[in-house]
Amino acid sequence: MMSSETALKTPLFAWHHTHGGKLVEFGGWLMPVLYTSIVEEHQAVRKRVGLFDISHMGRLTFDGPDSLSWLEHVTTNHVAKLAENQIQYSLMANGGGGLIDDVLVYRSRYGFVLVCNASNRAHVLAQLERHREGRIARMVDSTADTAMIAVQGPAALATVQPLFNAPLDSVRYYHLTMGRLLGDVDAVISRTGYTGEDGVELIVAASAGVRVWDALLESGKSAGILPCGLGARDTLRFEAGMPLFGHEMNEAVNPYAAGLGWAVKLNKGDFVGRDALVKFRANPGQVRVGLRIDGKRIARQGSEVFHNGLPAGLVTSGTFAPTLQQTMAMALVDPASATLGTVLGVDIRGRNEVATVVSLPFYRRDHPIPSPV
Amino acid sequence: MDMKSLKYAPTHEWVLVEGDVATVGISKFAVDQLTDLIMIELPAIGSKVSAGKSFGEVESVKAVSDLYSPVSGEVVAVNKDVAANVMLLAEDAYDKGWLIKVKLDGSAPASELLDLDAYEKKVAEDAH
Repeated sequence: MMSSETALKTPLFAWHHTHGGKLVEFGGWLMPVLYTSIVEEHQAVRKRVGLFDISHMGRLTFDGPDSLSWLEHVTTNHVAKLAENQIQYSLMANGGGGLIDDVLVYRSRYGFVLVCNASNRAHVLAQLERHREGRIARMVDSTADTAMIAVQGPAALATVQPLFNAPLDSVRYYHLTMGRLLGDVDAVISRTGYTGEDGVELIVAASAGVRVWDALLESGKSAGILPCGLGARDTLRFEAGMPLFGHEMNEAVNPYAAGLGWAVKLNKGDFVGRDALVKFRANPGQVRVGLRIDGKRIARQGSEVFHNGLPAGLVTSGTFAPTLQQTMAMALVDPASATLGTVLGVDIRGRNEVATVVSLPFYRRDHPIPSPV
Repeated sequence: MDMKSLKYAPTHEWVLVEGDVATVGISKFAVDQLTDLIMIELPAIGSKVSAGKSFGEVESVKAVSDLYSPVSGEVVAVNKDVAANVMLLAEDAYDKGWLIKVKLDGSAPASELLDLDAYEKKVAEDAH
């Protein structure tokens, strides 16, 4: 375990520290898990707007003639399909078809940006270098030089728009725009998030991080904005059925088992892991399912799942879903135990609790983000 | 409840001994650290608890924590209100939020029980 002395700090670390953030080590970074309450922060995002420091996420920028072919080779989705200012959810597979990370690939007029998980940044960089194979392109790790902030919730756009010099409501889901915040801060703003709500994510220079954060809090004040920690980020993504690396995914889990086969484009040409992935598509081995747990005890990661008394899989994430007011879990189980409505058992610290297979996501917002043509 | 009359375990339970009955709860510090409580499991009346051993669990969004009994004996009362609504603990961890009453069996309590000053000092050190 990394000590807090060696853990990395985001440009907003001092702010978190002086504003009551409960700091924990996560993915090599010292991050706020909550400020006051995970549930209150969660509800702020569902009903109003919440602000997250996600500067711990890895940000790698690419330019040069072979950037596209390089990214195409190490990620599973079809990068060439990206239009300028479009973003793609993708995966990085190892040679055996297991998952190194899930990532977002941004395409802008300047090149590409790859956003990866904090804990996997070194591994992602190494995988890219290992498979460069003479390509002419420049990769820059801009994580430390930039801050990344997520503004999420029904009032997210109304919070950011007054500070930004270009229209945001015309930015479609999984698209980006570039412009200036506060008159002089260059920003990449994307209509993306990890909460199941409408919202945006901003990338700005590290030196502007606190100024932008403070301005967003002020702008969102009338809407009831709250700063939110990683605890709420986790319960929000969990309700929205979004996988988290290290839980629903790891190097021993293939994308088809994780329910992420849609982000693998086997017909795009050769890429790292393709041969193994062809086989996994035919036989994923396991299936990611949602579970509704009877009672309030939480089936946390690693809890064993049983079907008619026989081992059927493992829980990957479990918590109390604040919007549903119900204890839920996600699990990787045998295909024979994955049918909706199947009644399973989960061993929660030595005691069997009843779990029923239900559909994912657990939560879907009423109004999808409009996509103007 | 006078917090000075209580003894505290390093695992954040408090105990008030009156005659041969001890009332057990968890400290406000513990409740604040847990945040977002979901449920608490308490033993049945008539069951036995042992000093230093788990007698139940409290679950929050973040994590589950065992409750350790500071004393040994038989459970003679359980706070049903807290069992039904764990949020009572967030309101008041000492009066409304007591957890169980134990009829002491005469064996030694968990040896490392602290008075309020020592407990607060430990909490301050932990928070550092």
